Amino acid sequence: MSTPSHGRSPGLSLGAFARRPEAGSLVGLFLVFAFFAVLGGPVFVGAPGWSSWLNIAAEVGIVALPVGLLMIAGELDISVGAVIPASQMTAAIVSGFHGLPAPAGIACGLGVGLAVGFVNGYLVTRTAISSLIITIGTMFSVMGLTLGFAVLVAGSTSVSLVPDPVTKLLLGTFIGGMFNVSMFWWAAFAVAIFYLLHVSPIGNWIFALGGDRESARNAGVPTSRLTIALYMLSGFAAAFVGILQVATYTSAQVATGQPFIFNSIMCVVIGGVLLTGGAGSVAGIVIGTMTFAIVNQGIFFSGLDPNVGSVIIGALLLAAVLSNDTFRALALKHAARRGNRGEER
Amino acid sequence: MTARMPLLELRKVDKSFGPIDVLHEISLKVHAGEVLCLLGDNGAGKSTLIKTLAGVHQPTRGEILMDGQPVAFANPREASDRGIATVHQFGGTYPLMSIGRNFFVGAEPTRGWGPFKVFDRKKANEIAVKAVRDFGITRIDDGDRLVGGLSGGERQSLAIARAVYFGARVLILDEPTAALGVKQAAHVLRIVNEAKKRGLAVIFITHQVMHAMAVGDHFAVLIRGAVAADFRKGEKTREQIADLMAGGESMVSLEASIEGYMERHKGHVPPPAH
Repeated sequence: MSTPSHGRSPGLSLGAFARRPEAGSLVGLFLVFAFFAVLGGPVFVGAPGWSSWLNIAAEVGIVALPVGLLMIAGELDISVGAVIPASQMTAAIVSGFHGLPAPAGIACGLGVGLAVGFVNGYLVTRTAISSLIITIGTMFSVMGLTLGFAVLVAGSTSVSLVPDPVTKLLLGTFIGGMFNVSMFWWAAFAVAIFYLLHVSPIGNWIFALGGDRESARNAGVPTSRLTIALYMLSGFAAAFVGILQVATYTSAQVATGQPFIFNSIMCVVIGGVLLTGGAGSVAGIVIGTMTFAIVNQGIFFSGLDPNVGSVIIGALLLAAVLSNDTFRALALKHAARRGNRGEER
Repeated sequence: MTARMPLLELRKVDKSFGPIDVLHEISLKVHAGEVLCLLGDNGAGKSTLIKTLAGVHQPTRGEILMDGQPVAFANPREASDRGIATVHQFGGTYPLMSIGRNFFVGAEPTRGWGPFKVFDRKKANEIAVKAVRDFGITRIDDGDRLVGGLSGGERQSLAIARAVYFGARVLILDEPTAALGVKQAAHVLRIVNEAKKRGLAVIFITHQVMHAMAVGDHFAVLIRGAVAADFRKGEKTREQIADLMAGGESMVSLEASIEGYMERHKGHVPPPAH
C-alpha cells in the first residue's frame, strides 16, 4: 500500500516480468539448457551442439510462429504436416522433374501452401466445424494428393531437385558446414510476426478474435478475412519450410511433415500461448521453440536413451500448461488487487 | 409528456421465425436523455426485441424509426453506424487484454505511415482511462491492466464508456446487472444515470424491478412477445410491476401459497407446477 502505482509502465519492473507467462518459459529454457550442458559436456555447449539444435529450432520455429498466431486467435492448424511435403514435392516436380528455373518451382510450392491455407480458412469461417477437424481433413487430403501426384507425374515418392547456386546459398547452405541458413529465415519470420502481433493494430484483432469472436465481429474486426489470412500465413510458412528442406537436401520426400504437427503445437504451448486463445506472445513462442529443440537434440549429446527425450518433452508440456495457468492467475489477481487498492484511496 | 420527437421508435413491430411468432405489434418510444426499462420474465421476447433493434434480426412487419425517419438495419454493423450500441452482460470485453487494447478493438489508434502502422498504446491507454474515469470509475488508473482483473461492474462500465466514446446515441443494455452483487449493480446503475445525463437514449433490459425503478423514466413490460404494460415513472408500485412481470398472477399470492404449503408439509416446498 505504500507506493502509488500510477503510470508505471509494464515490462520494466522485475515484478511485472515475473507475472508474464513467458517468465516461466524462460526459466524452463535455462533449466533445460543447463541440464543438457552438464550431461552433454563441451560438445553440446560448443558449435556442434548449438548448430544441431538451432537447425531443428529454425525449421519447426518458422511453422510454430504462425501456428501460434492461429492458436492465439483460437484456432488450430494440423494441415502444416501435409503442406511441408506438398510444397517441396511441387517445387521438385516443377523445377527438378520438368526443369523450370528454381524461382518458378519455389513460387508454385509457396502457392500450394497459400492455397491450402485459404481452403482451411474458408472452411473454418463458413462452417461451424472445429478447426481441429477441418485441418485434419485437409491434412489427409493434401497428403493423399501429394502422394498421388508424385507417383502419377514423376513415378516416384521421392523427386530430386538440384538448386542453382543462388537458391542453394539463400535457402539451403550450411554456414561453416554446421549452421543452416534457415535460422536467419526463422529470425526474419520472428521479427515480421512480432511486428504483426505486438506492434501493428492487427495484433489487437488477433487477440480479440481469440478472446471473443462474436464481440470482435461486433466491434468491426473483419473476423472472417483475418482468419483466412492467418491460415494462409500458416500455409505459407509451412510451404516455406518445405522449400528450405528441398533446397538443403536436394530431394523432395512425400513423408517429411508429420512430426511438425505436434512439434509446432508443443513449441507454442511451452511458450505460454493459451490453448483456448486470447493470450500469448512471439517471445514466448520463440523461447518455447528453443526449449523444444534443445531437448530434442540434447538427448543425442547426453548419451541418454532417446525415449527419455520424449518423456522430458511430455513433462515440459504439462509443466508449461500448469505454469501458464499460474502466471495468468497471478496477472489477473494482481490487476484486481491494484484496483481494490485504488478504491481505498 | 413533451412533444419532442423520439430518438428511436418502434411501430407495430412483429417478428416471426418461420411459423413461430415471437414479437407481436411492439410499439415503443425512447427519447434522448431518457431510460426505457424493458421488463419481462425469461422467454418474454426481450432478447429478440433487442436483437431486432441492434440489426441482428429484421422485423417481419412494422417499422423502426430513428429521429422520425424509417430505418432498416441489414446487420449489427449498420445499426452501430447509426449510433445504436448494445452492451451484453460481459460482451465486448476480453479478459486477457489490457484496458487500452480492449477499448479500441476494431478502431485502434495508430502512429506511423503507410503499411508500417503502429498501435499507439500510450494514446489508447490515455483515452480509455479518461473515458472510464469520466463515468465515475475512479478505480481505473492504468490502461495496461488486464480487464479480467476488473469486477463485473467495472467491465460493464468499460463497455458502456466505450460505446459512448464511439458515438452511441442509443444504448441497449442487456441485463447489465443480472450477474452482479448489490454494490456492483449500484455501480452500473450510476453509469446508466450518467449516460442518461449525457443525453443518450438508454434501453435497459432487466428482470430486477428494483434496478429498473432506480433509473427508469419509462417502463414497458413484455409478456409472451407483446407489450403488456407501458407506463411512466411513479405510475405503478414495485409490487404491481412484479405482478405484471409474473404474467398477471399476483406475486404476493404465489408467495403466500408456497409458505402455506411449507407450513403444512414440514418445511418442504411444493413440487413445481406443470
